Amino acid sequence: MNNFDYTKPLSVEEATHLIDQNDKAMFIAGGTNIVDLWKYNLSQPDALIDISALNKSEAVIPLENGTLRLNASATNAETAYHPLIEKNYPLLSKAILAGASAQIRNMATNGGNLLQRTRCYYFYDADVPCNKKIPGSGCPAKDGYNRMHAILGTSEECIAVFPSDMCVALSALNAVVNIEDKNGKRSIPFADFHRLPGNTPEIDNDLKKGEIITSIDLPPIHFTDHYSYLKLRDRHSYAFALVSVATAFKLDNDQLSDVRIALGGVAHQPWRVKEAELYLEGKLANETSFSAAADIILQEAKGFKYNNFKIELAKRAIVRNGLMALHPETQLPGAQPSA
Amino acid sequence: MPTVLLKVNRKEYHLQVAPWVSLLDALREHLNFTGTKKGCDHGQCGACTVICDGKRILSCLTLAVMKNDSEITTIEGVANETELHPLQQAFIDHDAFQCGYCTPGQICSAIGLLKEGKAKTREEVKELMSGNLCRCGANVGIIDAIMEVKGAANE
Repeated sequence: MNNFDYTKPLSVEEATHLIDQNDKAMFIAGGTNIVDLWKYNLSQPDALIDISALNKSEAVIPLENGTLRLNASATNAETAYHPLIEKNYPLLSKAILAGASAQIRNMATNGGNLLQRTRCYYFYDADVPCNKKIPGSGCPAKDGYNRMHAILGTSEECIAVFPSDMCVALSALNAVVNIEDKNGKRSIPFADFHRLPGNTPEIDNDLKKGEIITSIDLPPIHFTDHYSYLKLRDRHSYAFALVSVATAFKLDNDQLSDVRIALGGVAHQPWRVKEAELYLEGKLANETSFSAAADIILQEAKGFKYNNFKIELAKRAIVRNGLMALHPETQLPGAQPSA
Repeated sequence: MPTVLLKVNRKEYHLQVAPWVSLLDALREHLNFTGTKKGCDHGQCGACTVICDGKRILSCLTLAVMKNDSEITTIEGVANETELHPLQQAFIDHDAFQCGYCTPGQICSAIGLLKEGKAKTREEVKELMSGNLCRCGANVGIIDAIMEVKGAANE
């Protein structure tokens, strides 16, 4: 564990100016991931720039066009329990509450949730090779113990998964990530934010050095009748997903429309397959339809020695969660299957 | 070295701590509030749970310097002068511990849970207490104790 300096800027302008002056500086907000990574020598900042107090006014801000803006420095708990999120975006609330623990959700911020690193055991062990940790050093997970690892979008260099629950719902909801740096502002559609590992697995996402996430926008499409987040894991609570599914849709005369299905725990990014969602347009909301969609979503899946089971698990989770979304009120706490 | 003002258990402390000192180490090593326990030191066990500005957080993943001017309650501060906090008494009544190492974190976490008011059912209490592990397996007693205090608070 290295020593580091600490500064607490009062504005986004000051924060982006400070990070621009120091190559080895990092932002800190909730700290739940970066402090842990630092303790494992996986992150060695020589200065931490505390952005936890920036834009702290409101957790969520309704915009005039109906968009709901999530403050990047609001905590996961503030967001999940906010009346406007519970009312209009219950899928997001469920997904956030399926992640981490109550204490961590009181600390972790929305911006930080997007930027958390993988929990691949090989990445998290400073003493073993890992292309994400040290580019070119190799990937022991491919031929090692890979129960938690990816089955979609993997590369020769990396089979890690992105561990967020919140981001699976943000993906399903077509969220937009708003970013600033010293030169200005830009926005990234959620689908383009997290990237696949390819041959540069050390790069998790499209955020550049010096950029700061200021907010996340939710489009004004509310899935309040038919939504569900299902998380399957090795213990009932406080564990990362083996497979998770965020499902939302509208029903007109029993026919599905505007279907969203996003998977977590299976890839280096939340996983959506447009073709499967379009296939379900106009279909009946039943086991047959969701099962056919699940086959489309998993058709490119490739398992490894210890995670082959995830392919069938994901298919069944998609079907189960589609049916659960018909009756969201029946779900048990902790994103478990309905009784 | 930065000076940090921490208001711990209703008393103010001006501390000189390096930026990399966790709130947990500041409480234990600098202020001698050793009731707060270091379990995993990685945010996986909940033994270090304290209440910071009214919310339960993990002191092991918190830098003390980031909590300047905050009000912290540790297990040493939950009782009043004459009697135990109702959760402390309920933990005794329900045998909600064996070795006791996780207990300060469990009780601070449960205080946070009751204040949040989100857990209505036993299943919800279990889910919202999942960040506190008990290696002795006293979980049934722990949930019983919380349910009793929650019930009394609702009456």
